[in-house]
Amino acid sequence: MNIVVCVKQVPDTTQVRIHAETNTLIREGIPSIVNPYDIHAVEAAVAVKESAGGRVTAITMGPPQAREALKEAISLGADDAVLISDRAFAGSDTLATGYILSEAIRKLHSESPVDLIICGKQSIDGDTAQVGPGIAQRLGFTQLTYVIKITEIDAPGRRIVVERQLERGHQVVEGRLPALLTVVKEMNEARYAPLPNLIKAAKYEPRLFDLAGLGLDRSQIGLKGSPTTVRRIFAPTPRAGGAIIADQSQTPAEAARLLVEKLQADRLL
Amino acid sequence: MAEHVTESIIEHRDVWIFIEQESGLINPVGFELLGEGRRLADDLGDKLVAVILGRDVDELAGDVFARGADKVIIVDDPVLKDYRTYPYRAGLVKLVEKYHPRILLMGATTLGRDLASAVATEVRTGLTADCTELGIDPETKLLTQTRPAFGGNVMATILCRLSRPQMSTVRPRVFKLPPADCDRAGELINETLAISEDEVPTKVLEFRAHTDHSDVEIETADVIVAGGRGLGGAEGFGLLRELADALGGEVAASRPPVEMGWVAVDRQIGQTGKTVRPKLYVAVGISGAVQHAVGMQGSDVIVAINKDPEAPIFKLATYGIVGNLFEVVPALIEALAGVERTSSDVSCEVVEEDG
Ligand SMILES: Cc1cc2nc3c(=O)[nH]c(=O)nc-3n(C[C@H](O)[C@H](O)[C@H](O)COP(=O)(O)OP(=O)(O)OC[C@H]3O[C@@H](n4cnc5c(N)ncnc54)[C@H](O)[C@@H]3O)c2cc1C
Repeated sequence: MNIVVCVKQVPDTTQVRIHAETNTLIREGIPSIVNPYDIHAVEAAVAVKESAGGRVTAITMGPPQAREALKEAISLGADDAVLISDRAFAGSDTLATGYILSEAIRKLHSESPVDLIICGKQSIDGDTAQVGPGIAQRLGFTQLTYVIKITEIDAPGRRIVVERQLERGHQVVEGRLPALLTVVKEMNEARYAPLPNLIKAAKYEPRLFDLAGLGLDRSQIGLKGSPTTVRRIFAPTPRAGGAIIADQSQTPAEAARLLVEKLQADRLL
Repeated sequence: MAEHVTESIIEHRDVWIFIEQESGLINPVGFELLGEGRRLADDLGDKLVAVILGRDVDELAGDVFARGADKVIIVDDPVLKDYRTYPYRAGLVKLVEKYHPRILLMGATTLGRDLASAVATEVRTGLTADCTELGIDPETKLLTQTRPAFGGNVMATILCRLSRPQMSTVRPRVFKLPPADCDRAGELINETLAISEDEVPTKVLEFRAHTDHSDVEIETADVIVAGGRGLGGAEGFGLLRELADALGGEVAASRPPVEMGWVAVDRQIGQTGKTVRPKLYVAVGISGAVQHAVGMQGSDVIVAINKDPEAPIFKLATYGIVGNLFEVVPALIEALAGVERTSSDVSCEVVEEDG
């Protein structure tokens, strides 16, 4: 099995804020982390390799410092890594990003056919869950989202069976290979990186794919290739919290009745 | 740049709502989108069009007209019996390419997100996920799509200036359910899908519905009842389970109950646990430390029950009750037992109008 796993370096979103006067993002001093869902994607890819054999290639699109995310993927068991980076990629929305990543995978595919692509279900900075499916569509891979378990891989038969985590239960689906999976956190527990991997990761230099190397169409990348544009960003209205609707002067029954009335008015019951 | 929108080449018009259904049951998010879509369509002087893909779905048109659709397009095909990305994408893309809608809205469910991404990629248009507010810009007539980003710490308004349709997904219960008017009628259009089963790369083998609450993923729950150290032990969580059942929700916790083994680790909310944004979050015996707050402060409505009026959780709470949880929670369970639950089920016969 030749597996590609997509990872993204994201800011630790719990710390991102908006500057009150300029309405711009305050990014300074905010640590970058590997998107938590992608850690599970790497683990899933390594687990497939361990059971079915093959290679795992981690890829990321981002600025040069995103190679740190690739080093982390190497430490978690990926064999190779590719940094997809070019100034011209800046400002790409999910459609443009899907194009760039799918072209990078196409290049890897031409070197050695890819059987499986694994992505996290979404990234915590954008939360869109759009890039994985975008890659699947462009490459014509079978799209399997919200995967919580890989039940079976039949490489010679070109089939995969997975369990998908949906709102009301789990769906068991059989799909044709090659396929693209997006995985949920419950899929696995991330392992600690073993020492030899850490040593390999420390010295690891990923391959670099850029605009020219991928032969991309400039009209489909960056701001120009992105159909969506951000008109404005702003801080969310602060929570209008602080309303005590009942205290010790009411009986518990009165307090309960007041709350039920409020929840009914809010259509929550 | 709004001067040269592609509308000058092909005229894009109408507001489309994808009606998500499974086994003939419409997901209420479709009705909610019809309510919001009606407002947008009226603003634009457009028609409101509902699209239903599935097997044996003809009967659903009546309910959809009742919630405001002017037109219903149905694609009924055996291949569409279970939702699968491939045939649903092909069906919806075919309709979009034939009718050129201006706007296409879908529910931000697992199904809606899976399908919307595939369709947007195929027609090469913009898609904005999880919108919490939609509007029409009075000057450009563009759809303004507002959504949270960076874990809810930032809001962004997104435009899709040139490509069509302008696509958005919206989470269930962000918009109000419009009233059903069974006398409303409209135009019904049947379209076909020319896809054979052999072409479809996936097969649904089995569906295992959640039977036990411990199976249910708290990140998708609409109602969460979370307990903290104040519950005092596993028995306290038994009481909380009863409250969760009365509210139709799931149980979660702050970190101490997880550390003490009163609840499973996958129930922890906060910095080192999960981030949730339910419609209703009830915090019982939780002080509201910042490490907990980051995981739940994006919830729509927060209820806090705590005996300490100074507990920081009250600063976040929409509705706070100061009191002993062991008295308030049983009283609440009792009060809820007497409440009739609202339901979205109204069934209307199809009333057809000359197209
Ligand atoms: C690095 C780090 C990461 C962390 N990550 C998380 C995390 O992911 N999630 C998380 O939750 N915490 C996390 N914490 C812990 C966090 O700082 C708090 O200690 C924790 O959230 C407190 O939990 P609590 O509110 O249940 O308990 P307490 O703070 O002890 O609060 C208990 C509350 O119950 C009330 N109470 C007691 N008895 C009753 C009664 N009979 N009736 C009504 N009210 C009653 C009390 O008034 C009190 O407010 C983290 C801490 C660190 C340092």
